[in-house]
Amino acid sequence: MSRETLDNKTRYLLDQILVLDSMVENSTLDAVEALKRHDIESARRIYAYDSQINAKRFEIEQDTMITIATQQPIMAHDLRLMASILEVVSELERMGDYAKGIARVTMMIGSEPHIKPLVDIPRMAAKAVDMLHRAIGAFVTGDAETARVIPDEDDEIDDLYNQVYRELVAIMFTKPAAIDQANYLMWAAHNLERLGDRVSNICERTIYVVTGQLKELAASDDQMDKS
Amino acid sequence: MTSISIAHPQTLEAVETTTNGKYAIEVKDLNVYYGDFRAVKNVNLKIERQKITAMIGPSGCGKSTVLRAFNRMNDLVPSARVQGEILFHGHNIYDPGVDSVQVRKWIGMVFQKPNPFPKSIYENVAWGARINGYRGSMDDLVEQALRGAALWDEVNDKLQQSGLSLSGGQQQRLCIARTIAVKPDIILMDEPASALDPIATLRIEELMRELAQQYTIIVVTHNMQQAARVSDYTAFFTMNEDRAGYLMEFGNTSQIFTNPKEKVTEDYITGRFG
Repeated sequence: MSRETLDNKTRYLLDQILVLDSMVENSTLDAVEALKRHDIESARRIYAYDSQINAKRFEIEQDTMITIATQQPIMAHDLRLMASILEVVSELERMGDYAKGIARVTMMIGSEPHIKPLVDIPRMAAKAVDMLHRAIGAFVTGDAETARVIPDEDDEIDDLYNQVYRELVAIMFTKPAAIDQANYLMWAAHNLERLGDRVSNICERTIYVVTGQLKELAASDDQMDKS
Repeated sequence: MTSISIAHPQTLEAVETTTNGKYAIEVKDLNVYYGDFRAVKNVNLKIERQKITAMIGPSGCGKSTVLRAFNRMNDLVPSARVQGEILFHGHNIYDPGVDSVQVRKWIGMVFQKPNPFPKSIYENVAWGARINGYRGSMDDLVEQALRGAALWDEVNDKLQQSGLSLSGGQQQRLCIARTIAVKPDIILMDEPASALDPIATLRIEELMRELAQQYTIIVVTHNMQQAARVSDYTAFFTMNEDRAGYLMEFGNTSQIFTNPKEKVTEDYITGRFG
C-alpha cells in the first residue's frame, strides 16, 4: 500500500494551517496596532480581511474532507490528525473573529482619545500571538512536549486581563462619560484573553494527535470567575 | 449453556465440558512448525465467547496457520507439527486421542473462496448433520440454518437447485449455513469476503454480527476496515527476521485502530508496511 499520496496531502494540509495561522497572527497584531494608533482605515481593512480568513478555513476543511474521502486516513495517528486539523482550523477561524472584533472596537472608538494609555492590551496581544505561533508550530511538527507547557503561559495573559479589567472598572466609577469606551476596551482585552484559551485548545489537540489522550490542559472558561 | 463432548477414540470416553466460561479458546505457548520451519512462535491468546475476534497482519505472519490450528486443520498437512496448548472450554484439543473430527464439529470453518458441494442447496446444508447421524427433522434443520445464514428468503423456493447456481455472496452464505447446521460453538472464517463484491461483503459482515449473538467468531482478514467494522477484538500478528509469525498486539478493536500501543501495529494499520 503506498502512502505517498496521503503523506503529500497531509504535508500540504499542515502547510495550509501555517498559512492560516500567519493570517490570524498578522490580523491580531495589526488590529491591536490599529487600536493603539486610532487607525480607522487599517481597522476597516482588518475587519474586511476576516472574510479571507474564513475562506481559507473552509478551503482547508474542504481539502481535509477530500483527503479523508479519497485517501482514507481512518486509522490511529492518521485519523487523529485529520480530525484535529478540522478542530484547529475552526479554532484559528474563531481567533480571526477576535481580531475582527478588535478592529470593530477601533472603528467604534473612532478618533476619541483613549481613556488610558494602551500598554497592557498590546502586551496581551504580543504574548497571545507568540503562544499561538509556537502552538501551531508544535501542532505541525507533532511536538507534544512543547504543546504540554505552552498553556501554562496563559496565566500571564489572564493576569494582564485582570489588570486591564480592574483599571477599566475603576475608570467607569470615576468617569461615567468614559463608560462606553471602557466597555469597548474591555471587549478588546476579553477577545485577546479568549484567544489565549484557544491556544490551549490547539495544544490539547497536538497532544491528542501524538498520544491519543484527550486531556484538558488548562481551565479555559473560568476567567470571569477569577476576575 | 451447551454441553460439549470431545470423543476419545481409544477409550471411547468423552471429555465433557460446558460453554459457560468467559473464553471459548485459550492459546498457550503455541508454536507451529512445517518441517523444520517455525511458522508461528509462542502465541498466547484468549478468545472471548460470543465475540468476534479479528486476526490481522501482513502475508506470512502466521495468522491463517493459527486459525487452522484452532480446529486442527493443520493435521491435514503432513509436515505440520503443533506445540503448546489450545484449550477449547478448558480442554486441550491437541491432547492425545482427542478426535479431530469432533473438534471440527464444534469449531467450524468458512473459507476464503465459497466452496459449496456440487449438490442441491438443501443437500449442502443437510450434509454435515446427516453424516453426524442427525435424527430430527432435516427440513426444519435446513430451514433454520438457512435462516441463520440470512439466505432462506432468497432460496426457499429453489432448495433443489444446485448450490453452484447461486451468486458468490449467496454461495458463501450457503457455506455459513452448512457450518451452522451442525451447531458448532465457534466459527472460524478465513478471509470470508475477499472474493465478494462490496455489497455481498457488507451482507456477510452484517451476518457475522448476527451470528456473534450465538457463536464465537474468529476471522482472518486482510481488509482492515472490515476488521474495524465487524470485530470486538483484534489480534495483530507480524513476523521476525526468521519469518516466524508471532502475536504483536491484542486488544479491543476500538483501541487497536485508534491508538495502538505498538508502533509496528500503527505502521501496519496505517499502510506503512505490509
